[in-house]
Amino acid sequence: MTESKSTTVEVRLPSRMGYEKVAMGTASAVAKLMGFREDRIEDLKTAVAEACINAIEHGNRLNEKLSVGVVLSSDADSLEVKVIDDGTGTKKHPGKLERPDIDRKMLGEEDPRGMGMFLIQALVDEAEWVAGTDGKSSYVRLVIRLDKDA
Amino acid sequence: MQSETKSRVDQLTSPAGHPVTVLRFEGDIASTSKEAVLGTYQALPKSDVKIILLDFSKVDYINSSGIALVIQLLIEAANAGQKVYAFGLSAHFTKVFTMVGITKYAGLYPTQNDALADL
Repeated sequence: MTESKSTTVEVRLPSRMGYEKVAMGTASAVAKLMGFREDRIEDLKTAVAEACINAIEHGNRLNEKLSVGVVLSSDADSLEVKVIDDGTGTKKHPGKLERPDIDRKMLGEEDPRGMGMFLIQALVDEAEWVAGTDGKSSYVRLVIRLDKDA
Repeated sequence: MQSETKSRVDQLTSPAGHPVTVLRFEGDIASTSKEAVLGTYQALPKSDVKIILLDFSKVDYINSSGIALVIQLLIEAANAGQKVYAFGLSAHFTKVFTMVGITKYAGLYPTQNDALADL
């Protein structure tokens, strides 16, 4: 079954680690309906998971009174996912992220963590970090496009 | 919500006759997996273990925090003069491990037999 009409699906997650998997499952289901290839769906799942983890951990600072919104909007040839936090911790994205430097990590000169934003940017066609007004409702916007030649 | 990470250790010998310590993981590898990943590694006797093989064939989900734990394991192993290899990653996580540079410090193989044949 291939879905070509514009559709919006929304999910609201608690700010608790592990619930990013609910968003991954939802994004995967929508992408499958749209006809994305399995490898692109895996890319999307990881990007969505990392965006949700950032929103839970840094945006909402693990405050379980705050939730993370995930809005998936599809049209005929692309899927946009917005991951919205309720807190003040998500920084506006500075631009193109550099690839993690594994040599510096191995030498202890760089934190082994901190790869989430790189993975997001590397795995989707578009990634945009938008700071909310008054530090609220900041979001990450991800887009993957159907490859017509695949 | 996250599936608990299980781990166990097996001792094998490669066809070339080298002892290989296999760390087998099961479940998710995420921020909650520190004990299963690093704890299991740190419990190995450093003087006896020279070649470590990480088995990801029963792991469905690895996030950036889980990748960071693998990198911490690689750092500790490098400092102890041990060689680390891995097998059983899906095509997607093979790509992710390659993107973040892990393949520079840990050879990846499709299967345990592929890895052992090369060790």
